[in-house]
Amino acid sequence: MNIAVLAKQVPDLVEGVEIDAGGKAVDPTSIRYILSESDDHALEEALLLKERTQARVEVFSLETGEARDTLCTALAKGADRVVMVRTGLDTPPDNHTASKIFVSAIAGLPFDLILTGVRAIDDLDGSLGGLLAGYLNLPYVGLIRKVEISSDGGTVVVEKEYPGGYAAELEVRLPAVLGIQAAEQPPRYVPVSRLRQVMKAGMVEELLTSPPTAQPLEVERLFQPEEGKGATMLCGSPEEVARQITNLLSERRLLR
Amino acid sequence: MATFQTPPVPEKPGPLFPEIAGAEDKFRTCIQCGVCSGSCPMGEAMDFSPRRAVKMLLDGRFDEVVGSNTPWLCISCHTCAVRCPSQLQISDGLFPALRSGVMAAGKALDQDLQKALQNTYLYGNPMGESPRKRAEWAKTAGVPVPIISQLKRPVDVLWVVECYPSFQPRNQEISRKLARILNALGVDFAILGHEERCLGDCEWLAGERGLFEMLIERNIEILNKYRFREILMTDPHSYRTLRNVYPALGGSFPVKHLVQFLAERLDQLKPLLKKKLNATVTYHDSCCLGRKTGHYDEPRALLQAIPGVKLVEMIQNRESALCCGGGASTIYLDRFIEERVKDRLADRRMQQAAATKAEILAVACPFEPSRFEDAAKITGQEGKLVVQDIIELLAESMELV
Repeated sequence: MNIAVLAKQVPDLVEGVEIDAGGKAVDPTSIRYILSESDDHALEEALLLKERTQARVEVFSLETGEARDTLCTALAKGADRVVMVRTGLDTPPDNHTASKIFVSAIAGLPFDLILTGVRAIDDLDGSLGGLLAGYLNLPYVGLIRKVEISSDGGTVVVEKEYPGGYAAELEVRLPAVLGIQAAEQPPRYVPVSRLRQVMKAGMVEELLTSPPTAQPLEVERLFQPEEGKGATMLCGSPEEVARQITNLLSERRLLR
Repeated sequence: MATFQTPPVPEKPGPLFPEIAGAEDKFRTCIQCGVCSGSCPMGEAMDFSPRRAVKMLLDGRFDEVVGSNTPWLCISCHTCAVRCPSQLQISDGLFPALRSGVMAAGKALDQDLQKALQNTYLYGNPMGESPRKRAEWAKTAGVPVPIISQLKRPVDVLWVVECYPSFQPRNQEISRKLARILNALGVDFAILGHEERCLGDCEWLAGERGLFEMLIERNIEILNKYRFREILMTDPHSYRTLRNVYPALGGSFPVKHLVQFLAERLDQLKPLLKKKLNATVTYHDSCCLGRKTGHYDEPRALLQAIPGVKLVEMIQNRESALCCGGGASTIYLDRFIEERVKDRLADRRMQQAAATKAEILAVACPFEPSRFEDAAKITGQEGKLVVQDIIELLAESMELV
């Protein structure tokens, strides 16, 4: 069983992001990048499958931001091979471009399962998995929270989330692309000493891909959400705000 | 100038993380008297008490202890270490080794602790706040709080503010008051601002050796960049680590905790303490200012200098003081611990404070205002017993509020 995990970096919201003077993009100088959270879960699910079935796990990350850190962390956690996918692009690509880059990185390789985060905070459109599956002519299921490989290795049974607290079990023939919502357990911790050993060993492979021909999305305007009418902003010290909230709740008879 | 003798360092740091095999020799001097287990406020809840953990180390059964609840119940109060007749580093030697063992074995960590460690790796503080916002609190201090990189000259005092006093709202207020006090005393000081990172005490004691080493390397590099006469510390945990542990790892800096720094300036401070507070106050000795560094007299001298303060002692005080239950990263393990103990140490300590009939519980550690304020709510003392940092009491008497 060969598993590919596809990962990308997204802006770290802890550092805050600012819109550039052109009003069409995030100011790149304001950004620090971090591994997309659902990609981290995809890696965890792959490592759990490796522990259960001796699968081989390979991680591919687009080169943006702290990708080297991400790939070393993946190695330290137990991935078998990590690859930095160099794109030659100045800014992180949108999902149409990213999916083409990933396809050129993994096409022809004997992967049974291709896992990626179901969506990332930078575009929230969740289209990467579906686009990949389309280009590779493979089945795709998203919003996965559990993966079990059948004994003959020919299919997987996945648990997929539905609205309203429902979930479904689906059997998917392999090879397939899965969009991971959450791993079966929170992503594991890797002690920094182990991470630093891996960083020193420098076992990150690099793969140069040719610039894709995908027509990128064109952003016309990027802006902060505008304050809706009817919203009341509560201001003051924490104590004053707390008092206003309790007053509002009791006015609406929501307090006993 | 008042003189306070800095007591001898009551610990021998030795190898920070005795490898599990290598630690045996050191611990072979254990006479199995059980003073550690009898003194341990958490021993009852542990699968293996400290004495049994040492015995199992010597018997080659350390793996069983690593796999039990024992590693995560030590709150590093250091009572075992100061009472051990063989002077063994139990809380801050054996337990970090146990926790390193848990991590090396790849066992899952408590999620709150894992988040704190990951945040410290990424941002240099356990809360996951942006390092760029480290000096935000100072903007509303009402007095200048210079950042050393912008001053471009040596300063007398470099104030290392540390994580809780920089980022936690309850403690930010205390930091602003300390800034006003330093200003009123005419101290030439500056802070590190966005260059400051966690000093690594919690990470060391949590068994995260690699993270601790990474923080040490970075902090020594930053501190070596600037010229100052001495370092002033707000957080007793960091103070103890910078004073007692960094020197063996290549970072020797003249360092003082603020209670010591201010007590040395009592002659200058006293005329400024104008407002009478008229309150009975009891003082909680934090483990890092008490058992780990021996500063028992300075906080009491500061409190007694405030007009109208009547200082009373709790049943357990000074060397015997009960821990608030938040040391060695257990501040992130509250939920884990709460499920395993009859009552939380902070609640027990709050009841001891209430028994003195004091109106104010004075503290000098940034973990404590929120820990004891929660405990006051849980034990029904809210509004009756007010938790105040010594800085807040001094600032009130100096009318710097």
